Amino acid sequence: MAKITAGIACSHVPAIGVAMDQHITEQPYWQPVFEGFEYSREWNKKNKPDVVFLVYNDHCTAFDASVIPTFALGCAAEFTPADEGWGPRPVPVVKNHQEFASHIAQSLVLDEFDITIMNEMDVDHGLTVPLSVMFGDKTPEDDWGTLVIPLAVNVVQYPAPTANRCYALGQAIRRAVDSWDEDLNVHIYGTGGMSHQLQAQRAGLINATWDQQFMDILVNEPEKARKISHVEFLRETGSEGIEMVMWLVMRGALDEKVTEVHRHYHVPASNTAVGHLILENHA
Amino acid sequence: MTRKAKEYDDIPGTFVFDADRSRQGYWLNQFCISLSKEEGRQAFRDDPEKAMSKFKMTEEQKQAIRDRDWNRLLELGGNIYYTSKLGAFDGIVFQDLAAMMSGMSRDDYRKMMVDGGRSPEGNRYKSEWEKK
Repeated sequence: MAKITAGIACSHVPAIGVAMDQHITEQPYWQPVFEGFEYSREWNKKNKPDVVFLVYNDHCTAFDASVIPTFALGCAAEFTPADEGWGPRPVPVVKNHQEFASHIAQSLVLDEFDITIMNEMDVDHGLTVPLSVMFGDKTPEDDWGTLVIPLAVNVVQYPAPTANRCYALGQAIRRAVDSWDEDLNVHIYGTGGMSHQLQAQRAGLINATWDQQFMDILVNEPEKARKISHVEFLRETGSEGIEMVMWLVMRGALDEKVTEVHRHYHVPASNTAVGHLILENHA
Repeated sequence: MTRKAKEYDDIPGTFVFDADRSRQGYWLNQFCISLSKEEGRQAFRDDPEKAMSKFKMTEEQKQAIRDRDWNRLLELGGNIYYTSKLGAFDGIVFQDLAAMMSGMSRDDYRKMMVDGGRSPEGNRYKSEWEKK
């Protein structure tokens, strides 16, 4: 039976990918960011997933303003790293477990989550940066070392789906995974965040106190975390901090009680607070 | 129809990209995203006015593009993930764009971020900015 054994939260700041691609992770600015990922990469080798279910947001790459799906599930055989205006990242093509993805798509819709199905989709830094964080340096000739099922969530045009809805979707993903009859070790990623505002006069807002409290309640009191309002995210964590609703999808797919085996928090990476959690699921 | 008041209107220095802004900025954003492909960048380099004319933007929006008035672009319905492609076209990295929008020098902004970022204290409500 397929089992979700861990949930991983991770910021997907594009500059983290750029730092890896340009081999400058040892520079004093980046060293403290990457130091916090060393444990994660070792942990990931020991707990190697067969499939990563990766919740992220597209940054106007696969979807421009003409189509804005709230939840879009990647069902294609593979996903090519996109050119976001600076050329594609030099990382491997992302390969799907297509049958499993189709099963999840069907299960979610019958479970009344009316997702969009993507049979062709390029993926941007929102998806490839968290893979780079967990799997380390890779070239386009390599393999990521896992299959990946992407779920793109709209957080660009307000309103993003609510924290509560994201949490409930996570629970539905759990039911879909649990009903797949193949022995698979599945990890679920919730990416984006933490506090950051990229636009207008308030750009650069960081709320470290709020971010740490959010991680505490996400881990230990998820019923509280799912009640956080959009206005609280916007006001307290900046206009782009609302990406943290995607962490709720991850959390909803885990048990009520989980073990936090790793936490990393650092300010800044470019304009953003970097937050990262590894939660083990015992089901 | 006048725009309805929103519960996030009292957040200072922030344009929440909602359906109203999305409608207003649709062609502006589609123009900006055309710059994420080399074909679009070449067209804009060759003849900026001609490249802009392919999108049904208002004269105000075109002027804000000519002026590279980054906050004005947001005010006219632009979204940062789109307008940043115009920034990238000019060779401006995201952090420097953020510095410009917040009215700070590049170095001051960088220092603020390294020192922990802009504090939420005094930056949650418009009323707090009006007192300054």
